[in-house]
Amino acid sequence: MKIRILTRRLTAFLCLSLLSGLVSASVENYGYPFTNRYVATVVGTPAENSAKLPESIPFKKQRIEIFPDREPPEVLWYGKELIYSVALQKKKSPLIFLIAGTGAAHNGGKNTNMARAFYQAGFHVVSISSPTYPNFVISASSSGVPGHAQHDAEDLYRVMETIWGKLQKKIEVSSFNLTGYSLGAFNAAFVSQLDEERQTFNFRRVLMINPPVSLYNSISLLDRMSENIPGGVDNFDKFFEKLVRAFTEVYKESDDNVGDDFLYKAYEALDLKNEELAALIGVSFRLSSSSMVFVSDVISDSGYAKPKGLVLERYSDLGPYRQVLNRTGFTDYYHELFFPYYRDETPDISRDDFIDAVSLESIADYLRGSEKIWVMHNADDVILEPGEIDFFPEVFGERVIIYPRGGHCGNMNYTDNVAHMLDVFTQGGAL
Amino acid sequence: MRAFTLPRCAVLILALLTGACSTGPQPQLQNFAEPTFTLERIRSDDAVDVASVYDPWEGMNQRIYNFNYHFDQKVFLPVVRGWRAVVPRFIRTGIHNWFNNIRDIVTIANSILQLAPEKTFESSGRVIVNSTVGLFGFIDVASKLDFPRPVEDFGQTLGHWGVGKGPYLVVPFLGPSNVRDALGKIPDLLLINTVNDEVLSKPLRATVFLFDAIDTRSNLSFRYHETGSAFEYDTVRWLISTKRDLDVAK
Repeated sequence: MKIRILTRRLTAFLCLSLLSGLVSASVENYGYPFTNRYVATVVGTPAENSAKLPESIPFKKQRIEIFPDREPPEVLWYGKELIYSVALQKKKSPLIFLIAGTGAAHNGGKNTNMARAFYQAGFHVVSISSPTYPNFVISASSSGVPGHAQHDAEDLYRVMETIWGKLQKKIEVSSFNLTGYSLGAFNAAFVSQLDEERQTFNFRRVLMINPPVSLYNSISLLDRMSENIPGGVDNFDKFFEKLVRAFTEVYKESDDNVGDDFLYKAYEALDLKNEELAALIGVSFRLSSSSMVFVSDVISDSGYAKPKGLVLERYSDLGPYRQVLNRTGFTDYYHELFFPYYRDETPDISRDDFIDAVSLESIADYLRGSEKIWVMHNADDVILEPGEIDFFPEVFGERVIIYPRGGHCGNMNYTDNVAHMLDVFTQGGAL
Repeated sequence: MRAFTLPRCAVLILALLTGACSTGPQPQLQNFAEPTFTLERIRSDDAVDVASVYDPWEGMNQRIYNFNYHFDQKVFLPVVRGWRAVVPRFIRTGIHNWFNNIRDIVTIANSILQLAPEKTFESSGRVIVNSTVGLFGFIDVASKLDFPRPVEDFGQTLGHWGVGKGPYLVVPFLGPSNVRDALGKIPDLLLINTVNDEVLSKPLRATVFLFDAIDTRSNLSFRYHETGSAFEYDTVRWLISTKRDLDVAK
């Protein structure tokens, strides 16, 4: 009996190693330039290594009401309508939904580049902000408390259905597809699962780019990165000031203003240490999450940074809240706002159960059995705990490609990556 | 009269807004239970808020910011959309280049005032090439030849000689600035008017500032309340102030 288990494990192991051999074979001679994962994450892909994509596509901003009967709180008055972007083909074509990463907008850099690539390849593109983006939280979140895998998926699904309701009078669609990066990739998995039940779209293919495995692990990592600020979080302001000063120097020296490769030039000139780069990643993550937490605190009236019951007005001074929220992390939000909020909904679920539920592990069986779901990831992604990357080949088998470097989403614009991203959707005859 | 309609209008609105800016009664914070996190408890005593900007007129500024948002939505952006729909791209580019050429003249004047020979030389080179080979500035030949393009205005000149920014100021129609830079606009505008008087026919002179405004807005991607920050007023204030410090240092 034992021997049988042993042989089975051995076979599994052999298959896995063979598989990982195959995977790494396809990424041999990978030419993405940065070997340092922090540099890759911060700088991205230099223009000369990026895929050549059309500069201008008809990528148009649209507005839509998701909850017509709901009025936002006075201090968030500007967020009644959800803003998203579309790039539409003239003839019948496959449609792809793009979901942005944590705190990112429908027209942020990464979504815009993906839109260019997919539009050029002949797709209708519908680009949606992250469910953690303030405009999304105000206009389209049913609870106002984002970060819950299933609830966020339902919010996204409602948004997609509402947008499709408007678009279907204008365009012809041959198939529906879905992709997202970072938290947007994580969202895509749960949206795909929901689609199996609702069947509005019956997604033909889904691609997850650099998703976290456990959301809680990733946000803890990012929180710890901002603790890398030399001298601790208390020195946030000094660190920030140092960066601004350094930035000034680069800006003074540069002939042009802030152009495409400004970040790259800045990085070359600044010579930041790894800890400082990590701190920069953590800080930028924190700055974008602070807006989300503020919006969530106001809508749910949780008494997190704003006193419970206090009604903020259009011209209220938000400076004190901004300062508090720049000093608290995502894990603080998780424990002090998110968990208490959902505990009221499901009182018998423990903190740890909750953390486990917001994880791809919780739907591993679904992911394993879904031939349509593919993954692109990087072995040196900074948002994964050591060993977490193994989850992907184990669950997705040959439907995953793992690049040896690229950090977190740093290689998304690299020529090979863009080509593979399109391949995932065009193979099997999407077009 | 021509170019003064706008500033006069602005002064009027400014006066109205200043009058109307008395903030309502502040809610009594002690009436509410303390939230989970407060600044007093989580911030060390010597910490300073780097993103803070001297803004004693915040109540008024916030209201002008809001006025500018509505003006942008109802008037400015629709006009810009019409402009882009009706006027062919090459003409728009030509007009944009023409305004930039005039701004390069402003840069020459301010580079001289800053005793900066390199910038004076660079901007003069641009104006000479673009005004001649570039057909009165409609074609930006200088940029095609990779001439560097310094940008200096009177606000920067004042800053160069040590004048501080003064309080933050949101200017009606024009947007975020500060007292120094807003006042600095005046000599720059006088210079531009003088140049326009020399080179433009009368009907054009009367309307040129409108085209300047449309062209400027057309080339700015900023959209109110779409920055993704829930603290947009603070964020824009800090970004603009830092940008101006950088411009002076450059």
